Amino acid sequence: MRARFVLSEMSIGLRRNLSMVLAVVLTAAISLSLLAAALVLSKQIQTMKDYWFDRIQVSVFLTKAVTEPERTAIREELVQLPQVEHVYYESQSQAYARFKQQFKDVPSLVKNTPESALPESYRVKLKDPKKYQIVASAVQRMPGVDQVQGKSKALEQFFRFLGYGQKIALAVALVALAAAVLLIFNTVRLAAFSRRRETGIMRLVGASDLYIQAPFILEGALAGFLGSLLAVGGLLLTKALIIDRGIHGMFGDVVNYVSWGAVASIIPIIILTGVLLASITSAVTLQRYLRV
Amino acid sequence: MIRFQGVTKLYPNSARPALEDASVEIEKGEFVFLVGQSGSGKSTFLRLVLKEEKPTKGQIWVAGKDLSRLSHWKIPALRRQIGTVFQDFRLLPNKTVRENVAFALEVIGKPRHTVAKVVPEVLELVGLGGKEDRMPDELSGGEQQRVAIARAFVNRPMILIADEPTGNLDPSTSVGIMRLLDRINRTGTTVVMATHDSHIVDSMRRRVIELEHGHVTRDQSRGVYGYAR
Repeated sequence: MRARFVLSEMSIGLRRNLSMVLAVVLTAAISLSLLAAALVLSKQIQTMKDYWFDRIQVSVFLTKAVTEPERTAIREELVQLPQVEHVYYESQSQAYARFKQQFKDVPSLVKNTPESALPESYRVKLKDPKKYQIVASAVQRMPGVDQVQGKSKALEQFFRFLGYGQKIALAVALVALAAAVLLIFNTVRLAAFSRRRETGIMRLVGASDLYIQAPFILEGALAGFLGSLLAVGGLLLTKALIIDRGIHGMFGDVVNYVSWGAVASIIPIIILTGVLLASITSAVTLQRYLRV
Repeated sequence: MIRFQGVTKLYPNSARPALEDASVEIEKGEFVFLVGQSGSGKSTFLRLVLKEEKPTKGQIWVAGKDLSRLSHWKIPALRRQIGTVFQDFRLLPNKTVRENVAFALEVIGKPRHTVAKVVPEVLELVGLGGKEDRMPDELSGGEQQRVAIARAFVNRPMILIADEPTGNLDPSTSVGIMRLLDRINRTGTTVVMATHDSHIVDSMRRRVIELEHGHVTRDQSRGVYGYAR
């Protein structure tokens, strides 16, 4: 394989087809950006979802001055309720360990929060989450109970909102990726057509399929790669400007934000998707329009 | 070198076969004219040799290979043993004479030093020494066809196929092209030339295979274009 020959053929093709290649690059960039957005949102939801979030429906926080008999009485009251499926106990040190884990990206917050600031609690899983009120009223007035919390309505709505956002971004990303595939298909077909003289001669003198097709496939792969680089650039800017400076700056540490590590883990997915999608589409197109 | 045995080719959506029950044997080193009117099956014959088409029936051997048993990925190797020249030259307009010929070697992966050595040799052979850096549109028709022949021959194929190589040229230029093909034939290369040009066929006195409506109607050594003339 003569790399220099293939590369020079590829660059001739790119120059001849510049506007179409640019269209492919931009479409790929847009669709991959949307894919990145969907992935960031899913990472954000993962980051924010509390350890207990999917496991429990009611948290019973105990007072600082709770005594051992009170603690036992509350537990026994909870366990005997028919609506309750399971009762977990979380001690102060367990609560603190989880707190540290949850806010590991915000060391100042961890440093300023002593272990004693976190209450011990019973985390209750219900057979039917809608029966929350019955359980709450049963233990609310017992001595040693500080407060009873259902799953936060506002938080749940927020998650639902993020979930919708993620699904929409994913759906639009799929549509845009389909558009990118069609555009690549057309571009490669045009490229093959505009170079049919060359490819005709190549076939005639006995060039192999690989030799004939490699410049086109590389062209597609390069366009996909450039598009994915643009999308990655957009992703990094979004993290730096919108998440870290914008949202974080405005709302502070109310929740955990998606970390740089999580963002970095998305980058290879985006690049791989871009390159593979473009090269596979090119190869499939050539199978139809560049038969030996 | 080329053997057709009971070959029939029926194109889809066509009522009459382009070639029907054709049996022909061409030996190594022969010079063969393929004559007949348009639509008589000459081009189909040549396309079958190149395995650009598959026969509907019958068997074809080229350079010792049974084409029906030749797998798809071995077709390029077959075509490297066959040089092809067309009526319309099929040169690349944005490459020089030298680059056009070198292209045929580059795309089959020949190393650079080989290309640098054999391209000037073959250009000298076809009489284009000194015109290596011209563009195709700066050459006459005869010169362009010489470039095409150089490209077909640069890889020293065993077979040279020429489909109406003089069809676009005036008689005196055609004579020069025929001399060149004759010279290539004398190096041992089998030449199969489809043509309409009765003067050329008559003056060369080589083997003539005539096709009519897809049938081989005449196969004559040292033949002429037609009996009626």
